[in-house]
Amino acid sequence: MDSLSAIAANVQPLHFVLGVMVAWLILGGLGLVAQHSLDFVGHGLFPASAVASLVLAGAGLAALGAPSQAMILALGLPDLPFHVRLDALSAFFLVLLGGASAGISIYSAGYFRQGEGTPPGVHCVLYQVFLAAMAAVIIADDAYMFMVAWETMALSSYFLVTSNHKIPAIRSAGFLYLLLAHIGAIGILLCFGIMQGGHGDYTFATMRAAPLTEFWASAAFLLALFGFGAKAGVLPMHAWLPEAHPAAPTPVSALMSGVMLKTAIYGLLRVTFDLLQIQLPWWGVLALVLGLMTALFGVMFAAVQTDMKRLLAYSSIENIGIILAGFGLTLIFHTYNAGPLAALALAATLYHCINHAFFKSLLFLVTGTVLHSTNTRSLGKLGGLIRHMPWVAWLGLIGTIAIAGLPPLNGFVSEWLLLQAFLATPGLPSSYLSMLVPVGAAAFVLAAALAGYVMVKFYGVIFLGQPREEKLARAHDATWLERIGLVWLAAGCVVLGVVPVFVLGQLDHVNAMLTGHLLGQQVGGAGWLFVSAMAPERASYSPLLFLLGVLAALGATFALVRKLYHGRMRRGPAWDCGFPLQTARMQDTAEGFGQPIKQIFEPVFRIDRHMPSPFDELPRYEGKAEDKLWYALYLPVARAVEWISASISILQSGRIHIYLLYSFVTLLVLLIFVR
Amino acid sequence: MTPTFAGQLINLLAALLLLIAFAMLSQRRVLSLIYLFAWQGFVLVLSTTLVAYSTGQHHLYYSAALTLILKVFALPWILHRLIIRLNIKWDVETLINIPTTMLLGIVLVIFAFNLALPISQLASTVTKNTLGIAMACVLLAFLMMITRRKAVPQVIGFLAIENGLFFAATSATYGMPMVVEFGVALDVLVGTFIFGIFFFQIRETFDSLDIHHLEKLKED
Amino acid sequence: MIHSIFTQLLQTLLIVGLAPLLVGWVNQCRAWLQNKSGAGVLQPYRVLHKLFNKDAVLADGASPLFRLAPYVQFGCMALVGTIVPVLATDLPFAAAADVIALVGLFALARLFAALAAMDVGTAFGSMGARREMLVACLAEPALLMVFFTPSLIAQSTSLPTIVETLAHREFVLYPSLAFAAIAFYMVSLAENARIPVDNPTTHLELTMIHEAMILEYSARHLALIEWASAIKLMNYSVIGISLFLPWGIVEAEGWLLIPVALAALFAKLLAGGAALALLETLSAKMRIFRAPEFLGTAFLLAVLGMLIRLALEK
Repeated sequence: MDSLSAIAANVQPLHFVLGVMVAWLILGGLGLVAQHSLDFVGHGLFPASAVASLVLAGAGLAALGAPSQAMILALGLPDLPFHVRLDALSAFFLVLLGGASAGISIYSAGYFRQGEGTPPGVHCVLYQVFLAAMAAVIIADDAYMFMVAWETMALSSYFLVTSNHKIPAIRSAGFLYLLLAHIGAIGILLCFGIMQGGHGDYTFATMRAAPLTEFWASAAFLLALFGFGAKAGVLPMHAWLPEAHPAAPTPVSALMSGVMLKTAIYGLLRVTFDLLQIQLPWWGVLALVLGLMTALFGVMFAAVQTDMKRLLAYSSIENIGIILAGFGLTLIFHTYNAGPLAALALAATLYHCINHAFFKSLLFLVTGTVLHSTNTRSLGKLGGLIRHMPWVAWLGLIGTIAIAGLPPLNGFVSEWLLLQAFLATPGLPSSYLSMLVPVGAAAFVLAAALAGYVMVKFYGVIFLGQPREEKLARAHDATWLERIGLVWLAAGCVVLGVVPVFVLGQLDHVNAMLTGHLLGQQVGGAGWLFVSAMAPERASYSPLLFLLGVLAALGATFALVRKLYHGRMRRGPAWDCGFPLQTARMQDTAEGFGQPIKQIFEPVFRIDRHMPSPFDELPRYEGKAEDKLWYALYLPVARAVEWISASISILQSGRIHIYLLYSFVTLLVLLIFVR
Repeated sequence: MTPTFAGQLINLLAALLLLIAFAMLSQRRVLSLIYLFAWQGFVLVLSTTLVAYSTGQHHLYYSAALTLILKVFALPWILHRLIIRLNIKWDVETLINIPTTMLLGIVLVIFAFNLALPISQLASTVTKNTLGIAMACVLLAFLMMITRRKAVPQVIGFLAIENGLFFAATSATYGMPMVVEFGVALDVLVGTFIFGIFFFQIRETFDSLDIHHLEKLKED
Repeated sequence: MIHSIFTQLLQTLLIVGLAPLLVGWVNQCRAWLQNKSGAGVLQPYRVLHKLFNKDAVLADGASPLFRLAPYVQFGCMALVGTIVPVLATDLPFAAAADVIALVGLFALARLFAALAAMDVGTAFGSMGARREMLVACLAEPALLMVFFTPSLIAQSTSLPTIVETLAHREFVLYPSLAFAAIAFYMVSLAENARIPVDNPTTHLELTMIHEAMILEYSARHLALIEWASAIKLMNYSVIGISLFLPWGIVEAEGWLLIPVALAALFAKLLAGGAALALLETLSAKMRIFRAPEFLGTAFLLAVLGMLIRLALEK
């Protein structure tokens, strides 16, 4: 008995994390056993996986406050074992992974249907491996394990994206994703190569100790920004996101957008603040500018999309931009020794990471249910679904309010904190920065306000108005397993929004680790009800009071109106200024809703319009807003690569003598050199 | 009037100058541009008088009077006559991309402020802080000249540059020596006359005041 | 404590109760300026009373969201009214939000208004929603830059602190604040659907923004929305007052000072309302695609204000 309790006392959060990873792999293996049994995979394996996710989130939460633990696993190559480590930063991202994937897994249990591409069992393997790989990325403590996990993550998600591989568009989307993921991986690999400082030892512990000059540190940072940026969808490596997200099955899109993008942010934070010993101010400025540009770019393109999943993909680009801007701000404050402000900016950044994981997963899952019951992703063929799918619609409303950054939900808290950090920038010692960065805050607010525009479009066109197609009347609501997943994520949005002081208290462990400063009294100085930036008299905000205040005002108004007057009501046809004919086609379409943005920010887009001529029998208007970068950057690079490979292919003559000659010449040359 | 209050008033007038510079940058109508120019001159007069009063620099009263006569009345009147004679009183210039120009203007202002920061820390005048604004006015007027296609707004831009320089001189060193100021005033006056003559010549030749016609004069 | 709770209650009632009066005053002033006799300052109350008494007619397709939205709008606006320091800075509720969070609350109300406008599925409703969101997107960056300047001076975004800092000190001329104030005025015109961005009294469907969103509402729902937009105007006025004209707001406990504060508030609101009416009489409504230029100008002014604050007023 004593030995058992001794073992129990020695069980650490890290053991739980490893246990969960093993459990995921076992669940995946079980999926292989019964490949085609939807019932077993759906109602057995996925809920179990969700439970494992919850355990992971719990372990992460427990590890946040605990001292960091490290282990060497008996895995990997001989002499090159896997090192794992669980510190506050890893723990935070494990909470994010566990919390969001719990909802997504339970939703997936009710989502997968028979006969959609890959069999459910194979799907289950890939899905569980994907989850385990993400966890492995987060706890890896040497570059070798990190890269192995990173590649496993990329490959498993590639196969998940292309699970409907019979459709050519999906195959090409998957290829683009794989390509950019690998170009990014090269950047990360080179970055690790620089950071090991010539020792040949690739553990993170040596990297922390390796002294780098400013030049090499900057090179490592730029490579990391490039490599992780390609995974996160930072401009100009964003092109795969709007292609891959619509192509993937919905829970996979949710997982990729909500969680996988954050592993890139994790890597960036790990390299910049933990592994590199020095940081330079211009890195922060670069990240800030890149982040703001990405945010504006993403939200403007989101505003003109007509495919609901593409819209969300562009919105993910926007949110990654906001996170990157927060990261840049943290770096700026950190390098100017404004410790408490750096902690504030970092807390806002991390807060936005976890917020985005919850609300973006929620919205992707909402589109999944809509897709299943209507068989269309095109916004132009939806409408009025709130009447047939009340669960999805009302839970989607929570996600919409959250992502639009409105109080009292979670999106607002992180944006508020970030704005407070921006408001402190005029105090920076560099006079250029102190004047330019506040103007950057305006770009941030513009992006946030446009996000509101985009979400009104998203929600209004899908769920409100009249149905644009007749078949929408037969749309059915989410199944009960799907509902559990949606409710879990929506509840996350509400809880993260309403008790920010508790969340920030947990984030403080990460702040302490990365910036050496605590928010502590700064944010909680006015009691648990009020979150404040710097000091309570400087700025404070209480979401709970907001929520209660709005609800109380709402209830009181409702009761008073009923009591003083009456509640009589009748139904009639819509008035619409007395216009007699009203059809569903007279509503704003998705294109129509995006039109003002297209007009005002015209230089951003590459607009392709086809106007009907006055004599057309069946006039059709077509307007496409495309990505200029695709034409200015991707296509030239692709053409250059094609040209180079075509030039090299001259070597390929097809005659065997020539090939033998090549080998012979190579041999001779080598012999000459080796001599 | 306490010195600090006078300083604050001068700051306010400086801010107004900057505002007028931006207004000129975005103004489409030629006529309004002339009025704005006159107003800029007037604000300049006020601030110069104020500096003269609060520091007891009497020669500044003279330059204020000179500015009043020349830039508030004479030059706008000449320009006004000119556009009536040229029959372009209601001319509206098509300005492309005002928002971009404005953002560029903001960047220029930030640049000018940062440029002036070390200089104003050295200076000991009550108006030292306004040096940045004066430089910003010069740069903005320059930007206005670059973005215009018609000849008259370009001349107004040129005159606005002179306003900015004058203000810079006042704020950095309480004005230039009287001789220099008279010289500059005379130059500006004569310059405007010459420009006027040029306008007529340009229109005679090209039937338009759009200066992109001047490109044809280039020898190939 | 009793004092602060009392002022809290008093000012909430004041804002919610007097908001229609402010609208009535603006309308009356405009009527006078246009040589009309006007319907009297109490007209909005009569209209509200009439609307509350009517039976509500709901469009056939309207969902519960449509019925919920007016209450949310009214609730949000009333909540803002409890947070802004109007009579005194010592409010128990004031710490619940700084000025940025207040903007968030306005945005929440707007989101519901826009969604409700799209709910019935008419052409005008969705057009109104789109335009309202567009104007709001462009207004918000300008609004933030406006808040930068006072918060730089007071080192705070919390309204009571700003009021205490600005009203307490010896009189200082801040050119930056003047710029910010003009920009704020322009932004609040846009946000409150006033001329020159929108016309609250228009009857042309194609030029409508705010009115187009509420075409399908009737009776008590319409009354609540009208009342909420009156409170919104009131809220913007009192935010403007506390940022730029804070003199007269009570800062410590003192029963006697409250009548003074009330008098100061009335004087400021009367003057502000008259100024609004004058501006609306003098200017015409702009085309919708001129609105970006209008708000761009506000943004420019606000940025200049901030830069001048940073460069000049150290």
